[in-house]
Amino acid sequence: MSNFREDGPGYPVTEASRVDKVSPISRRLRSLRAITVMVIAIIMLIPVFVMAITAFKSRSVIVSHPPTIFFKPSLEGFVFLFTDRAVVSKARQPEFKAAAETGELGLVERIALESGQEVTGPSDYVNRLKNSLIIAGLSTIFSVVLGLFAAYAFSRFDVLGKDDLLFFILSTRMLPAVVVTIPLFLMFRQLGLNDTHLGMILLYTVFNLSLAVWLLKGFIDEIPVEYEEAALVDGYSRIQTFFKIVLPQTMTGIAATTVFCLIFAWNEYAFALMLTSDNARTAPPSIATMLGRGGIEWSAIAAGSLGFLIPVVIVTFALRNYLLRGVTFGAVRK
Amino acid sequence: MATIELRQVEKKFGDLHAVKPLDLTIHDGEFVVLLGPSGCGKTTTLRMISGLETVTSGEIYLDERKVTWLNPSERDIAFVFQLFALYPHLTVRQNIAFPLQAQGESRETINERVNEVVDLLQIERLLNARPSKLSGGDQQRVALGRALVRRPEAFLMDEPLGALDADFRESMRAEIKRLHIDQHATTVYVTHDQVEAMAMGDRIVVMSEAEIQQVGSSNEVYYDPANIFVANFIGSPGMNLVSSSYSDGIIHMPGADNRYPVPDDWRAPLGEALQDSGDVIVGFRPECAEIVEDGTLAGNVYTVDLYGAYSMLAVNMNEQDIVHIRGDRLIHYPIGTQVRFDIDPEMVRFFDPATEKTIKREAIQ
Repeated sequence: MSNFREDGPGYPVTEASRVDKVSPISRRLRSLRAITVMVIAIIMLIPVFVMAITAFKSRSVIVSHPPTIFFKPSLEGFVFLFTDRAVVSKARQPEFKAAAETGELGLVERIALESGQEVTGPSDYVNRLKNSLIIAGLSTIFSVVLGLFAAYAFSRFDVLGKDDLLFFILSTRMLPAVVVTIPLFLMFRQLGLNDTHLGMILLYTVFNLSLAVWLLKGFIDEIPVEYEEAALVDGYSRIQTFFKIVLPQTMTGIAATTVFCLIFAWNEYAFALMLTSDNARTAPPSIATMLGRGGIEWSAIAAGSLGFLIPVVIVTFALRNYLLRGVTFGAVRK
Repeated sequence: MATIELRQVEKKFGDLHAVKPLDLTIHDGEFVVLLGPSGCGKTTTLRMISGLETVTSGEIYLDERKVTWLNPSERDIAFVFQLFALYPHLTVRQNIAFPLQAQGESRETINERVNEVVDLLQIERLLNARPSKLSGGDQQRVALGRALVRRPEAFLMDEPLGALDADFRESMRAEIKRLHIDQHATTVYVTHDQVEAMAMGDRIVVMSEAEIQQVGSSNEVYYDPANIFVANFIGSPGMNLVSSSYSDGIIHMPGADNRYPVPDDWRAPLGEALQDSGDVIVGFRPECAEIVEDGTLAGNVYTVDLYGAYSMLAVNMNEQDIVHIRGDRLIHYPIGTQVRFDIDPEMVRFFDPATEKTIKREAIQ
């Protein structure tokens, strides 16, 4: 370190005298690349942005043309989303206005009153969201856990008819949802699984399993078998080896698979629309049915979609470190 | 430490023999090297001893204890892999402690034993690093440490130096050998490098085509190869093997008048072994022949390679028959000139071309 002066180089540092020697062209290329990526990201996020601001717009602002970006935010959409309302008759309106002025009405009721409505009770959107969480969450856990064990077996053991089985597993994914809904509907009716959480969890698990098995098999194939053999010789049983050696090294794969499975189960629309009605109905079809109820409540739909996005964003964000490594699978490791 | 005994151990993959039935006893404290070209079944044999590969038939004993069908974890054997197989998600210390944790040792015992091994291998400075940050040699030392820490019945090593740089390999070789001398542990070592095998093994098991070709000390496999394969495989270059014909005490080697009178003690065995045809293969090591002016055999200099301490002459006896002879590094042999040479009568060997096996001289036994 004796070559370095404590007080700096003693002359002004310019691009010519810089010692880090990154060529100005490559530095500019790098910033150009960053800018390009940012522009693309912004373009991709425009629909999400529009959705987010729409959720906070009141009815009159939504229909204005051209669309406004700066406006007075309103919680109307969220109120419409979470409540059932009835139109207040002309005769009773003064009574409500008086109540609002004296502060007897809560925030929610006051917002509803602005468009001449009274709150009659909570909407079923909360239940739908809960159903979505239960069904998507559990089916994701099941398909990742089952898929992990299946993938390990396919990767490490001589399973009889391995290739045929793998193809069979993949083939469950080959038919479009529309084609299999009718037979599934009939089967579910026979088994009493129509409009049940169990039925939907089973369906999504089976549907996601093929993805989970194939993805995870790829990840496990990449772990050299010597690690396990070393552990086996070192005195561990097969199952201990699996948990102590294979599992920690498959974490990236598990994270990637979890996110993919969750996104599928969370967003699934066709099956949920056909196979559920009330008890187990998930959020996607229920947001869509809002379109039908006399006049389109755009702000409510946007608010519903926004709330619907949040869980997936949280999970993806929590797993982002694993994912970044996970999406480069197939590339050389280290 | 233990004696390892293989009785008629065999491995088939489908119809293909990976290892034909073989018998082998590895004595307590012995360093045995399994040597052969790739695909000869040496690694499969090692893996069967470890239990990572099941046997198709036959039995394996560890100190009279039958372990043929035990899991690897129940055999008390340590295995060192070619690519070291250090667990990437654990530190060096955790890696070395890993086998002890399997045995459920207390924390104090684990620390004590890990420190012992760390002292022995002098790897204190690595303890908190991850394996991916280590050099090849250090990874190797850690892998050895993980094997040593358990004090197993035997060590199995599958080409442990194969992944190292050439210049580093020699010093690691010395380290492993030294370790074996200190620990006196029964060791089975697999390699395809015959120099490594000769340098390290108390005994060498030469394998080829899923079969044992010869078992013997370095000297035995080098100077008294059991068959043509061993003669050719061991040594660099291998033993000179010259197809010739024998009649009445004289070997006719290729070339105009290359007549080689066999040493007296070979007459009887050769006459007996080559009753029907006179075909025989003469074998001798490059250093067992000497260039002399009045030598009995002749050939033309084909190439000369200077090896440092000596030069290696390729001498063309006839069209295709080139033999290697060690020459003096100070003498210049112009290419194309004729040289004459003699073969050391003690060191000449004969092989039967039909069976490819060596012809034995009674005096050797």
